[in-house]
Amino acid sequence: MTYGITGYGAYVPRLRMQRAAIAAAHRWMSPGLAAGAKGQRAFCSWDEDSITMAVEAARPVLNAPARAAFQSLTVATTRPAFADLQGASIVAGALAMPAAVRTADLGQSPRAGVSALLAQWRLADGPALVIASDHPSAKPASAQELGYGAGAAVFALGSEGVIAELIGAHSSWNLFVDHFRSNGSKHDYHWEERWVRDEGYAKIVPEAVAAALASAGVDAAQVKHFIFASPLKGSGAMVTKRCGIAAEAFDTTLDEQCGYAGAAHACLMLADALERGQPGEVIVLVGFGQGCDVLVLRATEAIAAYRPRGGVRAALADAQVHGDYLRMLSYDKGIELEWGMRSEKPVKTALSEQYRSSDQLGAMVGCRCKRCGTVQFPRLAYCVGEGCGAPSTNSEPVPLSDVPAQLLTCTADWLSYHPAPPLHVGFVQFENGARVLMEIVDVGATALDVGTPLRMTYRVKDVDTARGFARYFWKATPLAA
Amino acid sequence: MATGIKDKVAIIGMGCSRFGERFDAGTHDLMAEAFNEALQDAGIERKQIDAAWFGSCLDQINIGNSAIPASLALRLDGIPVSRVENMCATGTEALRGAAYAVASGAADIALAIGAEKLKDTGYGGLPPTYKGTFNDLWMPLGSAPAGFAQLADGYRTRYGISREELKRAIARVSWKSHQNGVLSPKAHLRKSVTMEQILGAPMIADPLGLFDCCGVSDGAACAIVTTPEIARALGRKDMVTIKAIQLSVSSGIESTTNTWDGSHVRNTRNAASRAYAEAGVTKPREQISLMEVHDCFSITELVTMEDLFISEPGRAVHDVLDGFYDRDGGGVPCQVDGGLKCFGHPIGASGLRMAYEVYNQLQGRAGERQLKSPSLGLTHNLGGVPYQGVAAVSVLGLH
Repeated sequence: MTYGITGYGAYVPRLRMQRAAIAAAHRWMSPGLAAGAKGQRAFCSWDEDSITMAVEAARPVLNAPARAAFQSLTVATTRPAFADLQGASIVAGALAMPAAVRTADLGQSPRAGVSALLAQWRLADGPALVIASDHPSAKPASAQELGYGAGAAVFALGSEGVIAELIGAHSSWNLFVDHFRSNGSKHDYHWEERWVRDEGYAKIVPEAVAAALASAGVDAAQVKHFIFASPLKGSGAMVTKRCGIAAEAFDTTLDEQCGYAGAAHACLMLADALERGQPGEVIVLVGFGQGCDVLVLRATEAIAAYRPRGGVRAALADAQVHGDYLRMLSYDKGIELEWGMRSEKPVKTALSEQYRSSDQLGAMVGCRCKRCGTVQFPRLAYCVGEGCGAPSTNSEPVPLSDVPAQLLTCTADWLSYHPAPPLHVGFVQFENGARVLMEIVDVGATALDVGTPLRMTYRVKDVDTARGFARYFWKATPLAA
Repeated sequence: MATGIKDKVAIIGMGCSRFGERFDAGTHDLMAEAFNEALQDAGIERKQIDAAWFGSCLDQINIGNSAIPASLALRLDGIPVSRVENMCATGTEALRGAAYAVASGAADIALAIGAEKLKDTGYGGLPPTYKGTFNDLWMPLGSAPAGFAQLADGYRTRYGISREELKRAIARVSWKSHQNGVLSPKAHLRKSVTMEQILGAPMIADPLGLFDCCGVSDGAACAIVTTPEIARALGRKDMVTIKAIQLSVSSGIESTTNTWDGSHVRNTRNAASRAYAEAGVTKPREQISLMEVHDCFSITELVTMEDLFISEPGRAVHDVLDGFYDRDGGGVPCQVDGGLKCFGHPIGASGLRMAYEVYNQLQGRAGERQLKSPSLGLTHNLGGVPYQGVAAVSVLGLH
């Protein structure tokens, strides 16, 4: 039985920065940046990171196969939220995965996303989720600041309903240091672009691709989709040509609309290729970073019928385009603003309490009272239903994170400290009767009003800056960007 | 219902500090200011007090927790002193404790004192509160105005009122309080403002602008209560008695079920119904002579007019705009002293400050703002947020 990709999904932060706005901010010291300032790049809101993006990417694919069947969940990123605290476990909790799922984090190279995919393919030990999620950070006024983006892609692997199979692969290691980031550093350090292009990409990638194609018994001319991720503008087209692959096999949509998403970028490109893919088409996927992983895939007949619930093109279209460069800088902690005394409130987390209520916080699990039917969040000792008061032991769990909802009341609060003022806060009325006071994020240009349709999004609730601890919970966001 | 405390407790002395930015005074100074006035008014000595209830809300910028700091400040030697905290109903909660002690016979003379210093945070507005280890993990942030501002969405949706009309009505609420505050020597803000100023002010929490929010002040107020018999023996005439003090606290129905539409405050209605029943009030719009309500924000006062059953549902906008609640409007004067809007809201003191105004009005001692022969007054506090809070209603009247 063939083991392969059975589903895919993608997430790109709604927030996009006009590259021209970034270049304009730096014109006084680096006028040359304007030359590359076309299109827009995705950037994380203050409450988004590799964990929240991983959750958002994975949510749409969890029905196929059923989430209870998954054996493992891997998260690949170069920007783990913690140095020592497994991100995949936080993701698994938000996705309400069964406790027996094997979780692992992978990182430390932009190759990590493709490596995770290949490793799971080699293991082939049952339904698995492989997520690549990244948001590389660059110094202000660097070329990378314009080129970088953010995003996450997820692949479900298994043996039923395979839409792409692996027909060949080749891996090599090579200590080619085009860039690095030391422990504790925020930004990458890059070596000269022409050297990276000519000595690195041009020599390492074609060799590995040729070996992978040979192992698959496929000719370069047969490749329909070529996937190679790089922060260097134009290098993808050059590598495509060097590999002997047709120029039209390389698509630059993501570079133009999202920006280079680090360890997630090649995976996002693969999800995009699968979205456009037809049965029988050959896809070559390159993961580059201290060597290469090259996968040669072939789309199966099943791809024609597969419709993703969350694809790359939909994620790209769900955009809120900004021109406030300082906003992007502030969200990435690239500038220290005076937030006033209100921002000094300590938000220390009682880890014991967080553990006790982990199911409620993870997948936003409320409960339905078996006596009166009231759906409620949070779950307290007794039912809130008027005149009911039945013990919560007499209730069943109800996850709210995917339940349709709309706005009941709202305000834009300019008084509270909030990293993205104003703080939008209001009551969210869920279709099943539950009601929860929530923060509303990514509000965009369309004003919120009573009845505005909302969906849930997994975010950083707040950050304990004294101890460096981020805690996560769900927030509401308008369906329409 | 239990028989209640109607006319079982008389107020024989009240005091109130000057409210405002009291950078000159600590909490103990403010308490002493109110306490001295009350003692003098009651004509008793400190040692005649059998028990005391001290209300304060925010320990971290105040006098500290427990009743000990209050006992130290007022030198209450060897008597039971309790500290109470119930958000913005704290002052009324202190009065409730003292009144119940007298009504039960546990004390002959009891003291209720409430105080708060809010100007030691270093910024305007209330400090952000902690909601407990669990709630802090999921509940969103949100200032006090953000909690109350949401009533606007609920109210205008229920009654089909435009944003503009509602904004004008709530502005009129604040305009009225500023008109009254001019005549209140102890108020923090004593300037009248124009409707244009109110409507054009910077936004705090949409739709509440700066003038839709009450001030943040330091202050203290207190009451000395006893039985009507002892009051008479002390020579009190025109005696003010407590007709009712009632409280209603949220069980979570508003915030976690779909049974509440956001247009009103359920707890105020509960507390008012209970208080009217205890006091024997059957037609509040006709029987109540004056009201001091919890106008923390202009929208709060507007919906409170309906929650206290004074305005018909959906009619508060019109009653407000018609001047029904003005000091000389021929209706039920509301916030005769300027309310929280002009006094500010030192949380632990506010409930007692309201009682102080009603008490003085009933005794004809309200100076320039004195109403013509009032006989029954109401105070109302609303703590927490409209969807998860505590409401207190008390009725005071001539015996």
